[in-house]
Amino acid sequence: MYLKLSYEIRDKYLRKDMLPTIFCPGCGIGSVLQYTLRAIDELGWSKDEVVWVSGIGCSSRVPGFVDFDGLHTTHGRALAFATGIKMARPDLKVIAFMGDGDTAAIGGNHFIHAIRRNLDVTVILINNFTYGMTGGQVAPTTLKGLRGTTAPYGQFENPFDIAELAVAAGANYVARWTVFNYLQGINSIKKALQKKGFSLVEFLSPCPISFGRRNRMKTAPELIKWYNKITVPISKAKKMSPEELEGKIIIGEFVDRDRPSLDEEYEEYKKRAKKIMGWEG
Amino acid sequence: MRYPFPVGKSDFIQGDEAIARAAILAGCRFYAGYPITPASEIFEAMALYMPLVDGVSVQMEDELASIAAIIGASWVGVKAMTATSGPGFSLMMENLGYAIMTETPIVVVNVQRGGPSTGQPTLPAQGDVMQAIWGTHGDHSLIVLTPATVQEAFDMTIRAFNLAEKYRTPVVLLSDAEVGHMRERVNIPNPEDIELVYRKLPANEEEAKYPFGDIHGDLIPPMPIFGKGYRTYVTGLTHDEKGRPKTVDAEIHQKLIERIVNKIEKNKKDIIDYETFELDDAEVAIISYGIVARSAIRAVKMLRSEGIKAGLLKLNVVWPFDFEMIEKIAEQVHAIYVPEMNLGQVYHLVKEGANGKARVELIPKIGGEVHTPQEIVKAVKRCEKCI
Repeated sequence: MYLKLSYEIRDKYLRKDMLPTIFCPGCGIGSVLQYTLRAIDELGWSKDEVVWVSGIGCSSRVPGFVDFDGLHTTHGRALAFATGIKMARPDLKVIAFMGDGDTAAIGGNHFIHAIRRNLDVTVILINNFTYGMTGGQVAPTTLKGLRGTTAPYGQFENPFDIAELAVAAGANYVARWTVFNYLQGINSIKKALQKKGFSLVEFLSPCPISFGRRNRMKTAPELIKWYNKITVPISKAKKMSPEELEGKIIIGEFVDRDRPSLDEEYEEYKKRAKKIMGWEG
Repeated sequence: MRYPFPVGKSDFIQGDEAIARAAILAGCRFYAGYPITPASEIFEAMALYMPLVDGVSVQMEDELASIAAIIGASWVGVKAMTATSGPGFSLMMENLGYAIMTETPIVVVNVQRGGPSTGQPTLPAQGDVMQAIWGTHGDHSLIVLTPATVQEAFDMTIRAFNLAEKYRTPVVLLSDAEVGHMRERVNIPNPEDIELVYRKLPANEEEAKYPFGDIHGDLIPPMPIFGKGYRTYVTGLTHDEKGRPKTVDAEIHQKLIERIVNKIEKNKKDIIDYETFELDDAEVAIISYGIVARSAIRAVKMLRSEGIKAGLLKLNVVWPFDFEMIEKIAEQVHAIYVPEMNLGQVYHLVKEGANGKARVELIPKIGGEVHTPQEIVKAVKRCEKCI
């Protein structure tokens, strides 16, 4: 696969007056943003047919950096706003760029219901196991025993597996990678973008400043090494016992199916309404 | 165009139904809601009509999502509405602020019921006036309308859309369970006779670069809606004229928020709407709004028949508020009475407006019943005697 130089991608898709980004050294958001832009570029999509939506947090600042229509909304609510955008203009493509706290905590309800409805949106999820912007509090994804400023002695709650949650709620496409899985990540985003209905690509993404520092992984390479240690490809995981999978995170493609999307269902619903009311023709 | 209800004639319908029909006639083509008494009938009517007029009606997971969805729809250029009651309205405060900050035209209907909390789901109240005006955090302004009849519910819904579009702002239509569930005759005009406003769009690419800039000197920026190639960035963070986040610059924050407040405040005369009854020679004024104003008219007649020169000011808009007009009335009368279905909300605005030039008395009533004219008369006479 031919890959364009990153400055080509930058010049084509980023708003120069918004640079530099707010991201800390070692942060993975910029990488995932690049994968997303490369996927759009390889698909040859126009900048004018895509709307980016986000909530609150570090990853939610992304729509400000990209040269597209973008709605940077309130904490957790990105997918609720996206519902209005997609249903009012089904011809537009919608990308929601979200963080793990935004998605699974304050936005958990919107997340599962957007999936249940099979809203035609692609969620690019940055999972860094922490609330980075507010300074490293624990998140609903923080693995047991890991530290955050609001669980300084180690997380005592159970974490959510967001990808599994999305599969259970009915998403059409779900994949999870680490930021280190460069090509798989881009390919998954391409698949997700082309998929009608709800698609999710989750990335385990380093946050050395707010998360790693408190968990004896002060740099991005240390976090990447840790990801390599705790992740298991889905094919391998299928052959492992629950005991062996304890403390592991599965990566790969979780689901790829084609249930009708919300806007497709609504088109049919409108036809049904007109038929029932004798409004046809 | 074909409508799923009779137009150009009158009909006998509920206030909630009137709001739904008016919204369709105002061009609303996106509705998102969540079931709640006493506003569900609005949603049910929208659910019935929207698919037929090629609009969208979608049931969201909660009211946080309902208002979020309509803001999203508005940014792709579609007129959008949601409706709720107190508990849902409380949830909407977050994104009502977002709509104010991002200058998004939307209409939010609150069919008021007794509160706080779950309160009295089926009974009317006027306890959400201050919440409608000040409920969301931070400095801001918006427009709040108060219908007293089913016809007004219809007319004010159309006006709510027009004001939202004209001033690029959220508008709250503050109805109540009484107006919402009451059936009355309503004149539904021919669609071609209804004057409709659509938001100002950028005239060219240069204008589109300033989604939040006062480029026409009227404090209202043209709205570069999504999907037209403008590539607009919209954020709830404090932003400059181009919409770029500028969160620590005091000057930019002040300029933005003052413009958002002033676009309402400086256009007060255009937005404010009221009616008077026997007020010209009045020595005692009653200031009322919403359902209670109907009892107040009767009370004025009764007081006049008993020799007390009473007059009524019926507010159709409770925000922005015409404090100067209240002061003029206070100079004319010796007492102002404010009957409202709460323990004192618009009363405080009236008192501020009266500026000590007349005695201002509250006639509060809570529990779910509208003031009777007799109750207002009794309260006025009791106070008039105590002078």
